[in-house]
Amino acid sequence: MNILVCLKQTFDTEERITIEDGQISDDGVEFVINPYDEYAVEEAIRLRDEHGGEVTVITVGPDRAEQALRTAMAMGADKGIIVDDEDLEDADEYSIAKVLAAVIDDLEYDIILGGYMAVDDGSAQVGPRLAELLEIPHISTITKLTVDGDKVEVEKDVEGDTETIESKLPILVTAQQGLNEPRYPSLPGIMKAKKKPLEQLDIDDLDLDEDELEGKTKVLETFLPPEKEAGKILEGELEDQVKELVGLLRNEAKVI
Amino acid sequence: MVRTDTEIKQLTTVVRDFVREVVEPVAQTIEQEDLVPEKVTEQAKELGLFGLSIPTEYDGLGLNMTEKCMLLEELGKTHNGFTSLIGAHTGIGTVGIVELGNEEQKRRFLPEMARGERLGAFALSEPEAGSNAANLRTRAERKGDRYILNGMKHFITNGPEADVITVMAVTDPTKGAKGITSFLVEADTPGLSRGPADEKMGLRGSHTCQLFFEDVEVPVENRLGEEGQGYVNALKILANGRASLAARCLGSCEKLLELSMDYAMQRKQFGQPIFENQAVQHMLADTALEIETLRSLLYRVTSLVDQGEKVIKESAAVKLYASEVYNRVADRAVQIFGGMGYMKEFPVERFYRDARITRIYEGTSEIQRNIIAAQLKREYTR
Ligand SMILES: Cc1cc2nc3c(=O)[nH]c(=O)nc-3n(C[C@H](O)[C@H](O)[C@H](O)COP(=O)(O)OP(=O)(O)OC[C@H]3O[C@@H](n4cnc5c(N)ncnc54)[C@H](O)[C@@H]3O)c2cc1C
Repeated sequence: MNILVCLKQTFDTEERITIEDGQISDDGVEFVINPYDEYAVEEAIRLRDEHGGEVTVITVGPDRAEQALRTAMAMGADKGIIVDDEDLEDADEYSIAKVLAAVIDDLEYDIILGGYMAVDDGSAQVGPRLAELLEIPHISTITKLTVDGDKVEVEKDVEGDTETIESKLPILVTAQQGLNEPRYPSLPGIMKAKKKPLEQLDIDDLDLDEDELEGKTKVLETFLPPEKEAGKILEGELEDQVKELVGLLRNEAKVI
Repeated sequence: MVRTDTEIKQLTTVVRDFVREVVEPVAQTIEQEDLVPEKVTEQAKELGLFGLSIPTEYDGLGLNMTEKCMLLEELGKTHNGFTSLIGAHTGIGTVGIVELGNEEQKRRFLPEMARGERLGAFALSEPEAGSNAANLRTRAERKGDRYILNGMKHFITNGPEADVITVMAVTDPTKGAKGITSFLVEADTPGLSRGPADEKMGLRGSHTCQLFFEDVEVPVENRLGEEGQGYVNALKILANGRASLAARCLGSCEKLLELSMDYAMQRKQFGQPIFENQAVQHMLADTALEIETLRSLLYRVTSLVDQGEKVIKESAAVKLYASEVYNRVADRAVQIFGGMGYMKEFPVERFYRDARITRIYEGTSEIQRNIIAAQLKREYTR
């Protein structure tokens, strides 16, 4: 079974976000595999171990993103492809999906996995967009996956219940928390990862028209949420407190 | 094999995450039950931690001393009983076979030990042979193609669980230290029995016990090195372990500084955090200073080891310094925590007790000073 995993390198979720010149600064920041993509990598390795075949991890990103691929290979993925995003201007989810589709068009695959969203942008678009471009079915936010022959069965959470969906290979699925418990990359795995094949591509290497890649959205402004201010504790008779509260909600918070 | 900085960083990050996410949450359980949960040891094995000192040809990690110490430093940040279990296996428990074993012995033992399928221990100490380690009573008599071992060992770390034990025994009582030989004794050999786990001050989760040898037959193939080289072998294995122990101490000190800083900034007395008192600041400054000095000394010694230099004096110095710094840092941490530092619900109390052994085992502080002085005498005598 040929298994592809699309992943993104994101900020470590424990990092503090700082803004410099209107942009999020990545100075001295630790990067990790996007946590939802980590579930996808784990699931891919399990599928391969059960059905045989190969796991290829793919990313579009800067040089440092190679580290995320190496980590996935240390977990057990067999090979990696990194597409340098330097020539991509104003890229958004639309552009990334286009690039991934161009890479994947040249590959043989039975199933494509990814996280359902990246924790940095939180847009949850690349997976479904990619499936549309490849003209294959997709199911998002899955919490269980079973493949039997070309039959695919997944579970996903819906409104406090579980939905079971059946489909067929080839398919693209995106992972929700709960799909599995990702393994730690083993220490020998880390040492072996650097010997695994990693293909480095530029946008030029792909059959794409660069003008078509410009994003369809623009970021107008980036700002941090306002600092949380200390709360106000009302005192006095209950009746007076209620009156004061209504007044504050109306005049100060302006919510009623 | 050349490794890149990013690879080393990846290794330390994985061990740090493992410590933080898997071991730390069960630290109190280890303490209460005197047992490392099997799930944690299993995960440590999957991670490859048991092969820390073993070359890649035998399924280990093939790290040099500096890299190994960087990982042990991370392991030192958590429950010392857990660290000791792994440390004894990857240190004195496997290093002998790596350094002194022949090819056949390495093939037979190391891959399984690297995967943690067989646990290692090192048995030198006896009631009459502590600091004076050459004063062994355990005998090994050659009979044809085997040796017959009789005697007893005590305080053997991982003794209750070990599968492969490096044992020092006397083959020629007329030759003193030159009459000692080392053997690899498999725990299921008839005649070998173990006492109950010792009741200790700390290091819970890591067990020591007595080992009894009654006509234990060890095949000649299990002799480690030549006859009569056992004492020198033991000293080599111990010398190799000294930087490793220092690395674990360094990790524990770093953890204690972190705990002490958090507490000092948050605990208020007289209307301000206790950190605002100069007396408290000075304790923390001393701790930070000693951590910096220890780190510099440690990684200087490991780089000398990696360059193949002889480091008898330096490795004694780093073990001595690390263990004494660890004890001072733990003492200050308890002081900063005040009454809370005396309570079992906080980890500083545990680190305080666990620190104490580091000045005793793998050669007491006094013995390390003796080694340094003996080297000095050699250097200055012409
Ligand atoms: C928890 C634990 C785990 C251990 N694990 C192992 C293990 O895995 N394998 C193993 O073989 N051993 C192990 N040991 C034994 C340990 O190495 C010895 O306890 C240690 O070497 C000290 O020996 P001793 O206890 O006989 O003390 P002694 O040698 O009796 O020393 C008592 C005191 O006298 C001092 N002293 C002795 N001789 C001199 C001297 N010449 N100059 C100055 N001072 C001196 C010592 O420094 C010490 O302060 C372990 C011990 C403990 C407590």
